[in-house]
Amino acid sequence: MEKKTCLSLLVENNFGVLSRISGLFARRGYNIDSLTVGTTENARFSRITITVTGDEQILTQIKKQLNKLIDVITVIELKPEESITRELVFIKVKADDTNRNQIVEISNMFRANIVDVARESLIVEITGTRDKIDAFFNMVEPYGILEFIRSGDTGLQRGAKVLSF
Amino acid sequence: MLASKLILKCLERENVEFVFGYPGGALLPLYEALRTSPIKHILVRNEQAGPHYASGYARESGRVGVCLATSGPGATNLVTGIATAYLDSIPIVAITGQVNRDLIGTDAFQEADITGATAPFTKHSYLVKDAADIPRIIREAFYIASTGRPGPVLIDIPRDVQLESIKTGLTYDKVDILGYKPNLHGHSGQIKRATKKIKEAERPVIYAGGGVLLGHAEKELLAFAEKDNIPVITSLMGIGAFPEDHPLYCGIVGSHGYEYSNVVMNEADLIINIGARMSDRATSRLTSFEENTDFVHIDIDPAEIGKNMETTIPIVGDAKTVLIDFIAKDTSKDHATWLAKIKEIKEQHPLVYDADPPCSDLINPKVMFRSMSEMTSDDSTLVADVGLNQIWSALYYHIIKERKFFTSGGLGTMGYSIPAACGVCFATLDHPKEVFAVCGDGSFQMSMGELGVIAEHQLNVKIILITNKKLGMVRQLQCDVYGKGHYSGTDINFDIDFMKLAEAYSIKSYKVDKNEDFNKVLPEAIKHQGPVLIQCQVHPDFIRI
Repeated sequence: MEKKTCLSLLVENNFGVLSRISGLFARRGYNIDSLTVGTTENARFSRITITVTGDEQILTQIKKQLNKLIDVITVIELKPEESITRELVFIKVKADDTNRNQIVEISNMFRANIVDVARESLIVEITGTRDKIDAFFNMVEPYGILEFIRSGDTGLQRGAKVLSF
Repeated sequence: MLASKLILKCLERENVEFVFGYPGGALLPLYEALRTSPIKHILVRNEQAGPHYASGYARESGRVGVCLATSGPGATNLVTGIATAYLDSIPIVAITGQVNRDLIGTDAFQEADITGATAPFTKHSYLVKDAADIPRIIREAFYIASTGRPGPVLIDIPRDVQLESIKTGLTYDKVDILGYKPNLHGHSGQIKRATKKIKEAERPVIYAGGGVLLGHAEKELLAFAEKDNIPVITSLMGIGAFPEDHPLYCGIVGSHGYEYSNVVMNEADLIINIGARMSDRATSRLTSFEENTDFVHIDIDPAEIGKNMETTIPIVGDAKTVLIDFIAKDTSKDHATWLAKIKEIKEQHPLVYDADPPCSDLINPKVMFRSMSEMTSDDSTLVADVGLNQIWSALYYHIIKERKFFTSGGLGTMGYSIPAACGVCFATLDHPKEVFAVCGDGSFQMSMGELGVIAEHQLNVKIILITNKKLGMVRQLQCDVYGKGHYSGTDINFDIDFMKLAEAYSIKSYKVDKNEDFNKVLPEAIKHQGPVLIQCQVHPDFIRI
């Protein structure tokens, strides 16, 4: 059975590490749903969050193959009950004098921010879990979504536990 | 000290004796340093052969083989050889020149992104951006190539980095790579579970792969198999892991293996896989596997376990270490009934040597390799190429005692045998032995240029060139898939005078078309110190293995 899984990787901040990881997915035919990279508390390392969809066998292989890369130090699965994951989304919605307030009201309910206002549109910034963002999309869709960008999930394990080596 | 000199110093520290290389602009500084280095440079005749030399050298000596090529086309010529080593887990280090750092990314003359190009089939790769990193990178490269599951590592060094001047005395001995800690010892709980299964099994089979050879676990395998009389089957890469004249030996499995081995494997209720990948070529003829067979899989690479086949008991670890653990456990069981059954299977599926006319008018390659087995020394090395020549030699040349059998099993790279056999010769220069390169007229022509190296160094290699003026294995496939007569692109139409070719290189040569003649010629060839080419003519319709 296919399922969505979120992986958190601690990697050496080396030349070409991202292309090694994305190349691995490409050549073994795994699909990346989203991928985010960022710096960490230690300049030597980067942290990568990857969400993938696949059956159990494929997910196990992905983890093992990632672990084989010399630059990859640790791979863990961010299980929903043991971790927090969030996504940042910008949505450009069609808005004019007749409905701008309604969109602002909906955004407030979702604790989303209006970051750009123009005569015929506005941009909403929303952070949250996939469910929350899907719900927001559902609400603003009738107004007309001009375009949007999703950052992809990024996350950490809950509690004092840290990704170490 | 110049960085180029430091590179060679670091290679010396890794006990490198030979580098198999081809110079070029981006390697000028390194070649200037090589002039006065104790490391011997062997000029290969095409970079494509370089990694194969290194591979043959590594497989024979158990040390890391090194090849060298300049930037751009030199580097891209290494690609197939590096992939060949990757698929067979052979420890080699490839060093390539690169354009100056400030030219990288500008499509400069002879610039190619070789770390990018080889990423899918190197264990790891480095682009050296700072000469101070050289000692660490070279130490790590050799460590990564030779430990865990071995494999090729590439180091790309820009020309201006080689010209940097850095302080001497830079050493780097302790390797500490956070993301690379190969696990040698099998989990004790898993070993307990596995040995319990072995004790319970009625019809166990050991399936030995290349991992046994890479882990130097042949003796342990023998001891474990003999302890409770468990039969041993090998993969193509596992040939040599178990003596073929042993009563427990049960042949080679797979699409090109023995019929009886596949039957035995299908009958087993427990397969103890030691260092074999369960590749498609090995498992294509196994049918009753998943329902009623238990499967213990020992591999140093966790990713191999469960990749191609569901595993009952996985054990991540080194073949030798795990086998020692197995030997220490009680797995006693009487396998007399199972062994009797295997004997029966063997009798029901005998090896067929006979051929009908017109095939029988020329050399019968199966008989030829059987008789060759009788005439060669107990420590000879045979390097087979890819094609029918490979399968014939794998199935009919007996690997017993200290004999070795090398081939490009995973990638199936034609042109492997001659440069790899040369690598074997270089690895044994101080104790010359019998080395055979077996190839067909197709694969021979892919590496023909290397005859220059053989002649130059008077390498003691005997080339067994099987000619049928066809690309035999593809022709066999065309016959099987599309029917007799559906041959396309598999004729080698020009009739090459291989005797004249050998003469041009001053290589002693023979041409035979009868098994009796081969039997007469071979001892003479073996006696001759230096290279010999024996052309063995086989009928084009002899396409059965």
